[in-house]
Amino acid sequence: MSADLNIFVTEETLDSDADGPLSGKTVAVKDNISTEGLRTTCGSAMLDDYVPPYDATVVERLKNAGATIVGKANMDEFGMGSTTETSAFGATKNPVDPERVPGGSSGGSAAAVAAGEADLALGTDTGGSVRNPAAFCGVVGIKPTYGLVSRYGLVAYANSLEQIGPFAPTVEEAAELLDVIAGPDANDATTHDEGADSDYASAADGDVDGLTIGVPTELVEGADDRVVETFEAALSDLEAQGAETTEVSLESVGHAVQAYYVIAMSEASSNLARFDGVRYGKSGGYDGNWNESFARAREEGFGAEVKRRVLLGTYALSAGYHDKYYKKAQDARAWVAQDFDAAFEEVDVLASPTMPVLPPKLGESLDDPLQLYLTDANTVPVNLANLPAISVPAGEAEGLPVGLQLIGPKFGEETIVRAASAVEN
Amino acid sequence: MTAQALEQRDFAVVIGLEVHVQLETATKIFCGCSTDAADDEQPNTRTCPTCLGLPGALPVLNEGAVEAAVKVGKALDADIPEQTRFHRKNYYYPDLPKNFQITQYDAPICQDGTLEFSVEGETREVDIRRAHLEEDPGSIKHVRDGTGNLDSRTVAIDRADYTLVDYNRAGTPLMEIVTQPDFRSPSEVRSFLNKLEEVLEYLGIFDSTRDGSLRIDANLSLVPADEIRDDGSISEEVLEAANRTEVKNISSHKGAEKALTYEASRQRNLVQRGKTVEQETRHFNEAHGSTVSMRTKEEEKDYRYFREADLPPLQVAGWKETIDIPELPDARRERFREEYGLDAESASKLTSTKEVADFYEQVAETFDPDLAATWVADNLLGELNYRDMAIEDIDGRLDEFARLVELVAEDEITTKNAEEVVLRRMLDDEMAPDDVIDEEGLGKADDDAVGTAVEEAIEENPDAVEDYHSGEGGALNFLVGQVMQKTGGSADPGSVNGMLREKLDE
Repeated sequence: MSADLNIFVTEETLDSDADGPLSGKTVAVKDNISTEGLRTTCGSAMLDDYVPPYDATVVERLKNAGATIVGKANMDEFGMGSTTETSAFGATKNPVDPERVPGGSSGGSAAAVAAGEADLALGTDTGGSVRNPAAFCGVVGIKPTYGLVSRYGLVAYANSLEQIGPFAPTVEEAAELLDVIAGPDANDATTHDEGADSDYASAADGDVDGLTIGVPTELVEGADDRVVETFEAALSDLEAQGAETTEVSLESVGHAVQAYYVIAMSEASSNLARFDGVRYGKSGGYDGNWNESFARAREEGFGAEVKRRVLLGTYALSAGYHDKYYKKAQDARAWVAQDFDAAFEEVDVLASPTMPVLPPKLGESLDDPLQLYLTDANTVPVNLANLPAISVPAGEAEGLPVGLQLIGPKFGEETIVRAASAVEN
Repeated sequence: MTAQALEQRDFAVVIGLEVHVQLETATKIFCGCSTDAADDEQPNTRTCPTCLGLPGALPVLNEGAVEAAVKVGKALDADIPEQTRFHRKNYYYPDLPKNFQITQYDAPICQDGTLEFSVEGETREVDIRRAHLEEDPGSIKHVRDGTGNLDSRTVAIDRADYTLVDYNRAGTPLMEIVTQPDFRSPSEVRSFLNKLEEVLEYLGIFDSTRDGSLRIDANLSLVPADEIRDDGSISEEVLEAANRTEVKNISSHKGAEKALTYEASRQRNLVQRGKTVEQETRHFNEAHGSTVSMRTKEEEKDYRYFREADLPPLQVAGWKETIDIPELPDARRERFREEYGLDAESASKLTSTKEVADFYEQVAETFDPDLAATWVADNLLGELNYRDMAIEDIDGRLDEFARLVELVAEDEITTKNAEEVVLRRMLDDEMAPDDVIDEEGLGKADDDAVGTAVEEAIEENPDAVEDYHSGEGGALNFLVGQVMQKTGGSADPGSVNGMLREKLDE
């Protein structure tokens, strides 16, 4: 049955001899994280035969911790999507309801855990790509603070926004995996000392007594009623455990989706430039000069959503438009970060529905990219502000999982792990 | 005066430079790969995921490259910012592993510097607009199908069947030094480049012998001569109004002078014939000494610069104070004149490279600075130059050369033998001076041996003695020659002369 879900792009086992905290655990790795000797496609035809000669830092850490890697999980092409339907290797189906999408872009990773194909999984989160599929598949997913986990070996989509993050059935197990992958890396200049000897797992003690939870009204207002209902029930449950909730306002988040897409697409246009047919993708045999050859290789190797984002990103960075789009988006990003900083003066964590909607049916959302981008409204502000966030199952609506998102201040992973573990109670 | 002659007189040449220099660091600017190319290295062997631009690989800044850049900034008297950061310059080219280059844009490591140099005896100063760090791309070869080695099949792009890419050079730290359009002649450019290279070598961050270590792009335009102000400056409007060409592919000082001389006269010819100069990029063909249009009718390139988020900004506020630079050539020349009493020419020769200057100072420390100057500046550098060698080639043999100067200073051998025999064999056969002297029997003969030779010569040549006494001048010289022969040239001709006279006049 799980084969029908199309969870893996490449199903191959990499055993580890090491004895560590993950000995005996199986882990699915998103297919944009480099694995030495094991092809890494990013869900793209461009890389369907690319085999990295090196391991990503997180893969090295998995191996050192004794984990067994069971395959490379399907994803939206280069992480560009929120349903895992833009993969060149076909859509992944939601294990909860195979007629529905698993979310994305790390849909294969979330589905692997939800379907029991792997004990744990690694995904990547650029604008919600861990939290979104965690919510849709009913598992736990963490987007760490920017700089907590090394990106060395993660094939970049939008490098100023993204982080590698864990999936697990429970908060404690997700935190355990985060403990393994977190911490500074000499190969990634944006990593910090934080996380070096972290113990996030032991923060999963469910103790929220006295915790102040802020609820940004802007992140609840537009959501589906059924989602809001489940979310509010979970909040009441946390209040019952001694937490205090209060409404807060994040005025800037209304601009977050636009700012996010301008920045992500701009960075993508540059990050994906190297895929030009010289070393990746189909090459040679084209007529014309090398610019024409590059164009042909990219036309054939990239899917529609990737082309759309590369074109828009190129446009946003162009002379004459740079100030109007890219620079303005950077200003909005700074504003969003300030808003969060101000909120964390008042509260310990912020809570919202992870996704404002229930998982859509396969094929339903592909026709209207703009509508789909808007479903990222609750997740992208977190990436713009470089903050940590976790999605934890809050309950079900019409038999479908609803995720609750908890956002913490920078390097506040312990706080969000603690609060999320109380949601599980 | 013809109209043509008027045109010719009425325009002045204006030149600005972008000089790319490879910084001599141990490792590349964003990874741990060596920057040192072995002579027989195979393509794409000195690489790693980062300099190959493999998916997922990240740059990590080599602070050694920043240090080298700060040294350049100090030498150019430039401003170093509080914080320096990197941008991406986006363009597609097969030698560029990521199809973007990590470079600097709005916060270059150096801004607003100057460099003084002399041209035809006059001191000139050129303003440096900025100098920034960036990564060198790889290199490409256009090749024709066929058998035979690759070099013989390497051709111009329009005749090639395919192109090969080598990423060994990719990631070598580059510094791009951008001048104001302050040059008024190709010869000024050449003098400036000589001076720049001298300074960079003194800083110990540049190796001119490395292939491709210096690459120059030059902008050249003609402006009406009467638009040049009394202080030599030209208004922005005049500069903007003049169509300029950018000449690329210049790789030497001589080449720069040649390319720009050609380009200036090409533009002059156009103007004289009433034609306009196209604003375009031209390629310097070193073999033909000419520039050729690259025929790229592109509009101005849009590089879509934006911040490189993979490299956090680097705080360099205090670096200028903590990083020391050695005494620079001008200052050292001045000091040599004062401290050692050298003339301008010797001081200049002895400071031509830092290595020569260091060598001289070590010799001058123990011996007469004048004698040391003659030996190093004239004899040693002359003989090295003749052999196409440099002072670095005798690195580690300072003791031996100091010993040679000592032997001359203490009159142990004649200057003539020291120059013509000992020094040459030291260089050709890598011998120590005392060994050459032993082998050649050049030790200055002691007075006893010379005395014996004098007596023998008088005894064996009665005719010459007679001639001497009858006042024939050549006779004494003949006898001196005989004595020299007997002593194997080791006697001092002056003292032999004296001894002979003494004996003959007794």
